[in-house]
Amino acid sequence: MSNSAVTTAKALVAIAGNPNTGKTTLFNRLTGTHHKVGNYPGITVERHHGELALPSSRTVELVDVPGSYSLSARSREEELAIQSIAGLGGSPVPDVVVVVVDVTQLARNLYLVLQVLELDVPTIVALNMCDLLESRGLELDDAALAAELGVPVVRVSALHDAGFEPLTRAIEQVLDGRTSARPGPRWRPGTPALQADVAALSALVPAAWRPASQAGAPGGSRAEALALWALLSIDEHDELDDVPAELRRAALERRSAAAAGGRQIDAEVISGRYGWIDARIARFVRQKRDATSFSERLDGVVLNPWLGFPLFLLAMGIVFQSLFSWADPLIQLIEGGLGWLGSTVGSWLPAGLVQDFVENALVAGVGSVLVFLPQILLLFLFIGIMEDSGYMARVVCLMDRLMRALGLGGRAFVPMLSGYACAVPAILATRTMERQRDRLLTMMVIPLMSCSARLPVYGLIIGALFPAAALWGFLPVQGLLMIAMYLFSTLTALIAAFVLSKTLFRAPRVPLIQELPPYRMPHWPSVLRMMWLRSRSFLESAGTVILVCSIVLWGLLTFPKSDELAQRRATETAAIEGSSLADDAKSEALSALDAELSAAELRHSLAGRLGHAVEPALEPLGFDWKIGIGLVGAFAAREVFVSTMGVVYGAGREADEQSLTLRSQIKKETYADGRPVYTPLVGLSLMIFFALACQCMSTLAAVYRETKNWRWPVFLFTYMTVLAWVASFVVYQGGMLLGFG
Amino acid sequence: MLRFSLKPMVRPAHELRAGERATLIEVGGERSFRRRLMELGFLPGTDVRLVRRIRVGDLVEFEVRGSHISLRGTEAQALRFTT
Repeated sequence: MSNSAVTTAKALVAIAGNPNTGKTTLFNRLTGTHHKVGNYPGITVERHHGELALPSSRTVELVDVPGSYSLSARSREEELAIQSIAGLGGSPVPDVVVVVVDVTQLARNLYLVLQVLELDVPTIVALNMCDLLESRGLELDDAALAAELGVPVVRVSALHDAGFEPLTRAIEQVLDGRTSARPGPRWRPGTPALQADVAALSALVPAAWRPASQAGAPGGSRAEALALWALLSIDEHDELDDVPAELRRAALERRSAAAAGGRQIDAEVISGRYGWIDARIARFVRQKRDATSFSERLDGVVLNPWLGFPLFLLAMGIVFQSLFSWADPLIQLIEGGLGWLGSTVGSWLPAGLVQDFVENALVAGVGSVLVFLPQILLLFLFIGIMEDSGYMARVVCLMDRLMRALGLGGRAFVPMLSGYACAVPAILATRTMERQRDRLLTMMVIPLMSCSARLPVYGLIIGALFPAAALWGFLPVQGLLMIAMYLFSTLTALIAAFVLSKTLFRAPRVPLIQELPPYRMPHWPSVLRMMWLRSRSFLESAGTVILVCSIVLWGLLTFPKSDELAQRRATETAAIEGSSLADDAKSEALSALDAELSAAELRHSLAGRLGHAVEPALEPLGFDWKIGIGLVGAFAAREVFVSTMGVVYGAGREADEQSLTLRSQIKKETYADGRPVYTPLVGLSLMIFFALACQCMSTLAAVYRETKNWRWPVFLFTYMTVLAWVASFVVYQGGMLLGFG
Repeated sequence: MLRFSLKPMVRPAHELRAGERATLIEVGGERSFRRRLMELGFLPGTDVRLVRRIRVGDLVEFEVRGSHISLRGTEAQALRFTT
């Protein structure tokens, strides 16, 4: 055991398996609520780990390995699977690997088991979904399976919370050395030619890939397994990191030499492993009778040429409807709570700079993040239900033709859908895609999807500048405009994907191989956990960035202080208070004075000067310097626009998009010559700008973390912002020419 | 008319009807695609059932070794069968 020298270190148990085997559900059940999320060493893919108590009450660390069909990687997540099972790339070598197996698809699941056994790590096979055997007409012989595999085999039911005791006991026995669970490879290269290939490459497997604990392994089987892995995984197009150049070269040479001699190494190895399985599978499972599965019948409807797409649109319609109607009460609750918090904390502090900072930078900054949480939680809840029930795999199929036409595959649809909630978790969701080019292209268009941060901006502008009445008596103008903005952003994202795939990201298509797993009831704890983990990536990333930005913005809006204005405020306030006016008139005069002085202070502040500086660039879009301040603030995060405009127009920093004062201030705002600043055309131009511009630091930070290259966030920011400027220019100037000014 | 042939008749995926079973004899296509299909159990000699054609997405759904896998219609041409 690798950790036996360090007695205090907890043993490490990795839970691996094919996708859709209930692996994560089992992980959740075993660890209960005691799980943490960390990152894999070196890269930012989440590594879920938790603690498990064994029968003897000692605890071990459990790691959830990303689901994979095989250890030859096709996506980033699958690359991680081999790293965590074999202990490569900085991951620790697990003391036990539990391979979760879906018994209804035993042959394919055993393929992964064989690969794990080749790596010579102690292995336990956990048989899951045994409750489905009966309905499929299958009969399973566990003892034969255990005897042939040479490792402990236990039945578990992740869904019904059963069989955990035998599993934990088996883990304990393996850790104590009472069961070896390292029977060595079940299949070995059979032909002399393949044996020579493996021997040549195993000599080149770096020492770092062979931990001390494996030194005494029978026949150096781990080096052989890694040599086979290199033969199968390395090619001219792989995106593997950390493969020594020597090994890479040798693997390529061996493979092309074999091909020249008419041998197909991939087919030899894969058929060899399946040959072992096929020779025994009839003893492991018996088909008692034929049964057409429920899933297949349901797919007759879900994938029906006439019903499939309408059903999908209906599902999406329900999702978006509930997003707006269900999230609202929660948002109001959060806003109310924060308002109370701000004023309560504010009342404990003496009036002045500190109170202003706490109320308007800290509480408002955190608040501007929190108000998005309900919508983001809801959208991720729906995405989780779609994934866990198996429907998402069907959506990938339904959307593939459309996405293919745009230079992406059906797989890109899921991250883009998450983009309606927030671009940050959507960008993290691109990891399930197979090729770096597809991941990049998807990341470059996700921020064009209308995320929840644009909603308050649209709400403010539509509410203030467009009539609440219905067009021709039945079409609600405001509602239609909101839908139009969503359609506009979706279309733009799709067009951008098309253009980018034809220019910067020209590449042949990656073939689609999509499993359609059986439908099942979502496992609610797992769905809720995924919902929370994804939303948390929004909270962490957006939370820190937006908080820092609101502090900076507060500073820009507050400093430098003008002594002259401060003095005026003091003397004139005193003058009004000391006057003989009635109380109503006094407070009216005071608020008029406050508004006038605040506007003057704003002009004097750094933000005011910035607004003036950018005004020439914004004038052709129909924006004045005050909107400029809002836009400067919005480059940190879009929703900051609303609260900034609240300050700019003296409606108070607590302003939100529903605020009547802010709306009426916007309507009243005029230029020096009396023209209104905001016309419906200006509003449209402003919304177009918000739909297209990359005004989100957290998104840029997320793209950087995923690509480790400054070029991509810089490119993203530039192309979106240029696009926004040009589109707003066309809308505003075109509208003026047509006489809509 | 009777025809005799020593070689089994080779049929690409698009010639199979929905619901038809056939024996896979060859997997073509680029390497990582071919490798993954083989790893999922699409090996020469395996019995495969064409479950349905998914016309909305222009895909083909196969059942192989108990699992359901869908491929694009054009890419499925890399699979050749005999019945």
